[in-house]
Order: sequence, then structure tokens, then C-alpha cells
Amino acid sequence: MSGTASTYVPKSRVAKWFEARLPIAGLVHSSFIAYPVPRNLNYFWTFGAILAAFLGIQIITGVWLAMHYEPSATGAFNSVEKIMRDVNYGWLLRYAHANGASMFFIAVYVHMFRALYYGSYKAPREVLYILGVVIYLLMMATAFLGYTLPWGQMSFWGATVITNILAAIPVVGDTIQTLLWGGYSVGNPTVNRFFSLHYLLPWMIAGVVVLHVWALHVTGQNNPAGIPIKSGKDAVPFTPYATVKDVFATCVFMILFSWFLFYQPNYLGHADNYIAANPAVTPAHIVPEWYFLPFYAILRAVPSKLGGVILMFSAVIILAFAPWLDWSRIRSCNYRPIYRQFFWVFIGATLLLGWLGSQPPEGGYVLAAQICTAYYFAHFLIVMPLCGLFETPKALPASILESVTGPGKQVSGSGIPAGAAAAPTTKG
Amino acid sequence: MATTSATAPGTRDGSPEEGSRRDFLFLATGAGLAVGAGAVVWPLISSMAPDAETIAAGAPIEVDLMPIQDGQIVNVFWRGKLIFVRKLTAKEVTDMQAVPLSAMIDPAAFPTRVKNGHDQWLVVYGNCTHLGCVPIGHQGNFEGWACPCHGSQFDAVGRVRHGPAPINLPIPPYAFETDTKIRIGEGGKEAA
Repeated sequence: MSGTASTYVPKSRVAKWFEARLPIAGLVHSSFIAYPVPRNLNYFWTFGAILAAFLGIQIITGVWLAMHYEPSATGAFNSVEKIMRDVNYGWLLRYAHANGASMFFIAVYVHMFRALYYGSYKAPREVLYILGVVIYLLMMATAFLGYTLPWGQMSFWGATVITNILAAIPVVGDTIQTLLWGGYSVGNPTVNRFFSLHYLLPWMIAGVVVLHVWALHVTGQNNPAGIPIKSGKDAVPFTPYATVKDVFATCVFMILFSWFLFYQPNYLGHADNYIAANPAVTPAHIVPEWYFLPFYAILRAVPSKLGGVILMFSAVIILAFAPWLDWSRIRSCNYRPIYRQFFWVFIGATLLLGWLGSQPPEGGYVLAAQICTAYYFAHFLIVMPLCGLFETPKALPASILESVTGPGKQVSGSGIPAGAAAAPTTKG
Repeated sequence: MATTSATAPGTRDGSPEEGSRRDFLFLATGAGLAVGAGAVVWPLISSMAPDAETIAAGAPIEVDLMPIQDGQIVNVFWRGKLIFVRKLTAKEVTDMQAVPLSAMIDPAAFPTRVKNGHDQWLVVYGNCTHLGCVPIGHQGNFEGWACPCHGSQFDAVGRVRHGPAPINLPIPPYAFETDTKIRIGEGGKEAA
């Protein structure tokens, strides 16, 4: 993918014959074996691999669940109970899929934190970063659609609230709503088509992930120092260094996943969803899944329906503009003393929004959500550009190697040949 | 072909004859592609609209008002949508008639909320106009409904009195067949 296929030399005659016809072994070799990785990467850089693992887990458990699930308003709830009680290991498939979605979002939020803290969105990685925002949007749509499928109370009312949000769009809102419902309210046609779309979107995610990885291997990885690879000494080959680290980090993350899966499988869900959908009664306390809470808090912080909807969508879309809102040429927050403090306030405001989203929309909670919402947007629209103009950054290390070993020290030997190391920034 | 005269003379590579034929093919192919794409997308989108069975299931329904007591709210469904049928008490009728329009978010006088001569009967859609939750009856400060989701409140004739809901609970099309029977789904103008 990165254009460094030349480093792969097939050995056997069969391999040579095949490589001359479809150079896929060379592609894998250049992307995942010889690919030069900055030697200073920390564990934040393993979350891409963790995310890939969870996309796989979600697709596999999802395909298997679909063998037993019945997408209809009358059958959905009972078929999920059948999966839990009658299907061999059905409980494992369902709990893995439900908790896997939460783990997927934990991992993507760490991944996004990494990108924002270390300035991975800046040139030349804008397209790579925007593809990431697209994946995040697709994940949100997939997670919402999936959550409606068990057709419990939270499923039904989540579907009602979200489709009513879309109806707030001027002019075309009502048409979109009717086309999503397939009727005059959330009902049988809705669950049927949501199942179809829930099955479709993960494959679209997989497609955009391929583009994401492709773009990554063209520009090369960012790193904690935020400076490019300048010589072979700055880099190590992907295999074994990154491969082993990624697999190790994935194993550690699986411990967290397993703890939820085997000990707290319903902790992240809502008890109301074990009550079959009832269009005449709304649960007393209706909240979305935890990973949507900050955006839900923004929706409720605005007293106007359309205004709340616009701000909520803007909160996600504004992420895609970060490469052009941040006017600093320094990538890593480690070298940005002023912006770094604002950045932590931003993280605090976002986490606080998440908590506020889970609280009832009354009094002080609404005011706090309004303040946090204001800071959320001010961070992107005011802090990001102004810090770039007025901040004096700390001195950057001369090279990635120096950022690891300290200034002035020499390290004998090179991680990988200089030519291969320079490849991602010059070729592609 | 006679079509060459229908298009502008080509300017590429110096040959008007050759150029105009190419332009024609280019435009015709592009137009064919656009029409073809539209012809493919239209049925895909249209198939997502409510199907014939769903529309047929939206036929009008009759509701017998006889068993409904003073102050009682009854849930009925028409087109899959929840509808409240409420028999107002005499006190609620007087209270609602007395509310000044200035106290309302979406001002509507009492007579516009009920049918002429049937002041006691309120028929409204039962989903909050904010995001569609079902407000709980006999709750809130206005003798009407309070929504558990985002805190909207409605009075006894379904007028929104406390946000975030932007408008009153809409009134479905319905008409009185007799004094004790209504027909929901036709016979009245559907409020927005």
C-alpha cells in the first residue's frame, strides 16, 4: 500500500509465479512486516489494532446472531430471549455482541483522544483523520440501529426519539422520518429495515477502514513527539515490534472485555430493555447508551428542538474540521504548554457532558450542560486557532531517536534500512 | 445520421463532423446514465415508503365513548399511533376556558381543541411533540400531562405549557357519529 513493495522478494517458484500475477504477498509484507514504525510509539498507538479486533468480533458474533434472530415487531423480542435460553452458547454470542459494542466505543474514544492530543489530524494526515470521523459516524449509526433490534422498551423508545430528532430537519425531515419508519409510527417495517441496515453498515465500516489504513501507510504514523521519521534510526520494522505490541495490548484489553462479558454482562445496558416494546408507555427514565451521552446532553442543553438537533450533529461534524481550525504547526500537546491545559479542560467538559447526559434534564444539570456545551464548541472555534497564533511551544527534539534516548546520545545500529524508513513520507 | 445537425459543431481536433458526433455520443451517454441512475434509485427509495398493507391498516376506527368516566384518559391506536381520548371534568373545562392565550407557548383557544358542542371530549395524539415519548396523564402543573423524557408539560386539552416541546399535541381527524361514538381517521381537519 505504501509503495514499498520492492522490499519483498518471493523465494519459492510458486510464490514468484503468484506475485507476478497478484502482488498481495508484497502488499502484506510492505504494510505489516517491513513497514517502518516510529520507535517512540506508546500504548495509545495500539488502539487501532484493538479496534480492528473488535470490528472482527462484532461482525462474527453478529452474523451468528442473525442466524437466530427474527426481525419483526412480534418476533424480535421473543427471538432474543430464545437466543438467551435455547440456542447453544446463544448467551455468549449475544453478550459478546452487546458488550463488544461498548468495548468498541471505549477503544474508539481512546483512539480519538490519541489523535487529538498528539495532533494526528494535522498535515499531511487530514484525509486519514477525516476517514476516521466517517468511521465514527458509521459506528454511531450502526450502534443505534443495533440497539433497536431486541425490540424492548429502550429499543422502541430509542428508535422513536432518534427518528423524531431527524423529523426536526427542515423541509425533508418528515419525509425522511416516514421513509425510515415505513409507516405512520415506529413499527414492524421499522425493525425489519433497521435490521437490514444494521447488517449493511459494518461492511461499509470495513470498507472505510481499508481506506483509513491505506491513508495511514501513505503518510506514515504520527508519534508522541509529533515529528517525522528522518532516518532509519528513528524507526523499527512493523514486525515484530508493532505486531507483538499490538497483540499484547489487544490481549490486555480482552481482559476488560471478558470482565464485562462474564461478570457484568448487563451493567452497561438498561433493565427496561428486558420489557417488550410497548407503544403506549414510555420508560420513566429514558437515556441512550453511555457512548452517546455527551451528545445527548448537548441535545437537551438547548431549549429549542431544531437548535438542539443542529448543535448535536455539529458536535460530531466539527471534529472533521480540526485540521483547519488548529493553526499551530506543532502536533504533539507535549510541546504545547498553553493548548495542553485547554485540551484537558476540553476532555473534562466532554466527560462532564457524558455524566450530565445521564441525569434528568432539570435545573442545575441543564445549566451545567449549557456551560460545557459552550466550552466544547469554543475549544474548536476559539481556543484551537488562537493558541496556534499566540502560544510559544517548547523546543522539539531533533529526532525521534533523540526523544527516546535524550539529546546528544548515540545509538549504534539502525532499526531498519534508511531507504525503507524514509519510504512512507517520500513515496505513495 | 440526421442527429449531427442537432448538436453544436465540435471544436476538438479540427474536424467538425467528427467532433459533433462525439459530443452527441458524450451528451447522450451522460443523459442516459443520469436517467438510468434515477430510474434505479427511485424504486429503491419508493419501496421504503409505507406499503399498501400499512396504508390499508390506517382505515378509520370507531370509539365508543359510553364507558369512559369523567376525568378518565383512554388509549387507542390508529395507524399505529397512540391517541388519547379524554373526558374532561366540569372543573377542567372551566379551568381550560379561563387560561389566557398569553400564558401559552403555542396559543390555541379552548374551542379549537374540542368539537363544537362536545366541550367534555378531548381527542389528541399521545406522543410528545418534542421527541415522541408518551406523556403521563394527570401529572405536571397544568391538569394535563407531563413527559418523562425531557420534561415537557401539557394542560388538560393538550396545549404545551412548558417546553421543550414546541407545539400542542396535534388533534387527529375525527368526528362525532352520535353523542357517544366518535370515528377517528376521517371527518375532521387534521391539525398540523
